[in-house]
Amino acid sequence: MMRGADIVVRSLIAEQAELIFGYPGGAIMPVYDALYDYHDQIKHVLTRHEQGAIHAAQGYARVSGKVGVCLATSGPGATNLITGLADAQIDSTPLVCITGQVAAHLLGTDAFQETDVVGISMPGTKWNFQVRRVEDIAPAIAKGFYIARSGRPGPVLIDITKNAQVDFGEFNYVPCLGFRSYKTHHPIDQSAIKEAAELINQAERPYLLFGQGVVLGKAESELKFFLDKSGIPAASTLLGSGALSEEHPNFVGKLGMHGNYAPNLLTNQCDVLIAVGMRFDDRVTGDLKRYAKQAKVIHLELDPAEINKNVKATVAVQGDCRESLAMLTEAITAKKHEAWMGKFRELEQQEKAAVVQHDLTPTKVGLTMGEVIHQINQYKADDAVLVTDVGQHQMIAWRYFHYKKPRTQVTSGGLGTMGFALPAALGAQMYDYSRQVICVVGDGGIQMTIQELGTIMQTKAPVKIVLLNNNYLGMVRQWQQLFFDKRYSFTELDNPDFVKIAEAYNIKSQKVTERQDLQEAIEDMLIHDGPFFLEVVVEKEDNVFPMIATGCSVEEVRLS
Amino acid sequence: MKRYTIFVITENFIGILNRITIIFTRRGINIDALTASESRIPGIHRITIEVTVNEDTVIQLVNQIEKIIDVIKAFYHEDEGVVYQEIALYKIPVSRLDGGLEKIIRQHNAKIIAAEPDFVVLELTGHKEQTQELLEILKGYGLLEFARSGRVAVAKRMLTIESFIK
Ligand SMILES: Cc1ncc(C[n+]2csc(CCOP(=O)(O)OP(=O)(O)O)c2C)c(N)n1
Ligand SMILES: [Mg+2]
Repeated sequence: MMRGADIVVRSLIAEQAELIFGYPGGAIMPVYDALYDYHDQIKHVLTRHEQGAIHAAQGYARVSGKVGVCLATSGPGATNLITGLADAQIDSTPLVCITGQVAAHLLGTDAFQETDVVGISMPGTKWNFQVRRVEDIAPAIAKGFYIARSGRPGPVLIDITKNAQVDFGEFNYVPCLGFRSYKTHHPIDQSAIKEAAELINQAERPYLLFGQGVVLGKAESELKFFLDKSGIPAASTLLGSGALSEEHPNFVGKLGMHGNYAPNLLTNQCDVLIAVGMRFDDRVTGDLKRYAKQAKVIHLELDPAEINKNVKATVAVQGDCRESLAMLTEAITAKKHEAWMGKFRELEQQEKAAVVQHDLTPTKVGLTMGEVIHQINQYKADDAVLVTDVGQHQMIAWRYFHYKKPRTQVTSGGLGTMGFALPAALGAQMYDYSRQVICVVGDGGIQMTIQELGTIMQTKAPVKIVLLNNNYLGMVRQWQQLFFDKRYSFTELDNPDFVKIAEAYNIKSQKVTERQDLQEAIEDMLIHDGPFFLEVVVEKEDNVFPMIATGCSVEEVRLS
Repeated sequence: MKRYTIFVITENFIGILNRITIIFTRRGINIDALTASESRIPGIHRITIEVTVNEDTVIQLVNQIEKIIDVIKAFYHEDEGVVYQEIALYKIPVSRLDGGLEKIIRQHNAKIIAAEPDFVVLELTGHKEQTQELLEILKGYGLLEFARSGRVAVAKRMLTIESFIK
């Protein structure tokens, strides 16, 4: 017999959780008390805010492929997790969040720090559950881990009442291996593979789009083999970046609102569109009514609810893309598509002349965000992880960062959560101190979770923080410039002395305002043994191009 | 737009109904009627939902419902694919019960299921069109109260719950 709180911790250990991000409070104190006894088996990182804890757990999960674990108290502790849950839900990140709850007999009485967290978190979780009895703790945690990591991954929340934490029960951990209402494996339909292969074999201008599903399904090699054999040009979504090395000859760039010119434009010229592990988000498709209408669409997707949701598939191959890609590779004939590929390369030159030159080799005095990323590319390790926040810096960093390895891209894609980067970078770094983790963040977003510098100080996680300071909520300002007559309504920021803040947290820091100092600063930062804060003051009113404005079609992608 | 019946076969866990209804709320879709009951198999519940939407939408709804972890199966049918009934209760003042009304009750196959000193309660089981027709008539007889259930339905297709939980 042991206390429920011990069962919580022992269950986490049984699931091979090695790290918890959390923040204590009354309703979860028994679990914190138990953690004291197990600190040699499971580590806990005290963040400075529960939002920091959950974003850190997300960063950890995204680079490791493991389930991120997060702990918070009832009421405000639990509600502070909501943004992270919604973010993990839309970006398919496996998490198990455990929240304390008032004692079962107080439920529904508006007791101190009682919130209906199960109700509030319902739309933002893959599954949630309230445990009111000690004997239900271990089975709920087992089920939670299974759900979080299997199928299309996602966040799970388990709310445990205080009485369950302090009562005594037997501990006999039985891992969950499945249950009747939840099927995770769908056998691939052979006839769909055959149909898809026929379409591909007959195609003159086939085009492949890949998303995070390739990473989640660990299908990176299968994707590469498919592309090697088929000769088909391939472009990635925001979260798909890293699934294929950008050095692969078939890689033609990135999709979406601020993706590359050719990959967007030529979507409306291909004859067969193969979508792998992606969900046709509106930031990728632009106006759906004018999206790839000329093409036959093959959709390889695990989640049946994504099939025919936004784009109707001519052939849908439901199931694990690792299996379906391998089967498809087998079924197609080897080809090259040089003329078609040439079109991508041609348009790429246009983008270079119109956009990339300005971004990477500017002639103006002010520094651009692009040249900062360009310098990072020169010195970073091949498997360096790029963690970005949300805004212009996110799009620029994504556009120019050289992704070469899987799980090197950590950003808030579907939800676009400002404040994500700093804690997510901390979490990514906590998984592996030896790996370079570079956090690129804006002056707006960093101030949403800047308190996590304290966690970085305490853990000494050697995160490299690159603040791209344009003194603006830049992305919003860009829209105001382009679509609201330059009426800069509440987007200019009076910022603090960021370097002083970093210094107050004992984090080595530097500020760069001149081009001549940039290269050395980046080199210094990347070789520094420990956390580093680099502020780069960039051009205030620079814009991100190419761009597909809201409501426009992919072929209306503009270069300026 | 068309009327569809969505069937949900689900584990009987707290919160399931909530998880299902937020799928409709989020998309701004009104549920015309909803009934829930235990199925033939203990522990498994069935929920019947009536909606008026176009077919693309009902497919999305069913896909999202089926994605709920504790939902075993969800599917939909048009009216032709289901056998269904609704039950309606009408409360009428005793003072209005006369030969004319009794004839109406007989003609509509309704029944008096309760008789109190001040009022009687009539019951009619059928499709909405039928219970509605009687409602319109009884409005002329001092109708005091009216209540109608959601649709109770079974699919015509020969499928069993067992085939979903294998
Ligand atoms: C929590 C949250 N609030 C508001 C927004 C809307 N938003 C998107 S980008 C952006 C500006 C970001 O500014 P900054 O962090 O300085 O990055 P920049 O665009 O300047 O690179 C805002 C306000 C958001 N994405 N997230
Ligand atoms: Mg900014």
